[in-house]
Amino acid sequence: MEQAVPAGHKWWGGGKSPFNVEYGKLMMWYFLMSDAFTFGAFLISYGTIRFSSNSWPDPNEVFNSFPGLEGMNLPLAFVSLMTFILIVSSVTMVLAVHEGHHNNRKGVQKWLAWTIVGGIAFLACQAWEWTHLHHQGAWWGRNPFPNADGTVAHTGFANYFFTITGFHGFHVLSGVVINIIAYIMTLQGVFERRGHYLMIEKVGLYWHFVDLVWVFVFLCFYLI
Amino acid sequence: MEQHNSLSEVSFHHEPAQDSVKRIIRTTVILSVITIIELALGFWIYEIHKGANPSAGLVLGIKGVIIILSLAKAFYIVSIFMHLGDEIRNLIMTIVVPLLLFVWFIIAFLADGNSWKNLRNEYKPKDAVKQEQTPHGGGH
Repeated sequence: MEQAVPAGHKWWGGGKSPFNVEYGKLMMWYFLMSDAFTFGAFLISYGTIRFSSNSWPDPNEVFNSFPGLEGMNLPLAFVSLMTFILIVSSVTMVLAVHEGHHNNRKGVQKWLAWTIVGGIAFLACQAWEWTHLHHQGAWWGRNPFPNADGTVAHTGFANYFFTITGFHGFHVLSGVVINIIAYIMTLQGVFERRGHYLMIEKVGLYWHFVDLVWVFVFLCFYLI
Repeated sequence: MEQHNSLSEVSFHHEPAQDSVKRIIRTTVILSVITIIELALGFWIYEIHKGANPSAGLVLGIKGVIIILSLAKAFYIVSIFMHLGDEIRNLIMTIVVPLLLFVWFIIAFLADGNSWKNLRNEYKPKDAVKQEQTPHGGGH
C-alpha cells in the first residue's frame, strides 16, 4: 500500500545533499554515466565486429587527407587537428567554469565564447571529413576501402564510422547549442542575479564529456 | 567566493586553490603531451605496416600502450577538468563503480567476436552435397 505523504512535503527542502552537490549537478553526472554506456555499447559493438573479421581497413590508408592539400599522403594529420581543437575548447570551458567560481561575468563570457568557437571549428572539420569520405564513395552501406591484407572489406567499417562519429558529432552540436544558450543567459545577467554560476558548471560537465568521448573515438577509429 | 549562499544543501565549498589556473594549464600540457606521444606511436605503427616484415606482436604492444595512454587522458579530463576528483568520496564511487561493468562488457564481447571469427575460419561442412543444395552457400 502506498505510503501517505502530507501534501506539499518538500523532500529536498530541508536537508543537506549527501553528495555535497546540488541536485542538478548530481543528475548531470548520472546522465553522463548513462551516455557513457551508450557510447561504450557502440564502440564495443564496433570492436566485436572488428575482432570477428579476418582483416580490416587500415585507418592510416583511409584517413590520409587534409583540406587544401588533396593528393598528398598525410595520415593522422587532420584528425590530430580535430583532437587538439576539442582539447583546447575543453580547456577554455574549464577556464569559464573557473571564472564562474569567482562570479566574474566578463571572464565567463570571454571563455564561453571561445568554447563555442572551438565547438563550431570541430563541427566544420567533421563536416569536411564526412564530405570528403562521401566523395570517395563511403557512406552507410557503402565501403570503398579495402582491408589491410588487400581483400574486399565488408560495409561494417563505413557503417560504424558514420554512426559513431555522427552520434558524437550530434553531441558536439547539442553541446554548442547549450553553450550558446548559456552564453546568452550570461550576457543577460541571469546567473549574476541568481548569485552563482552553477549552470556553467553543469554545461561544462556536458562539454567535457563530449571531449572525453572523442578520446575514445579517436583511439578506436584512428589510432588502433 | 560567496557564490553558494543560496544553496543550503551544499555543506562544504571547494577551496579556491584547488581551482587554480596553474593546475588547469598543467593538465592541458599533460593532455597535449600524451596526445603527441599517441600520434607518434600511431605513425610508428604506420611505418611498421609499410615495412617488409610487420611484427604482429610489436604492433599489438604499441596499441596496448596507446590504450593505456588514452585511459590516462580520460582520467585527467574526468578528475581535473570535470572536477570529479574534488568531489566527496561517495559521489566519486556512485559514478566510478557502475563503470566497472565495462570490464566485463569489453572482455566478453571482444572474446565473442574473436571466437566467431575462429569458428568461421575452421568450419568445414561435413556434408558437401547438402551444402551445394543451398542456393547461396549457407554459411559464409
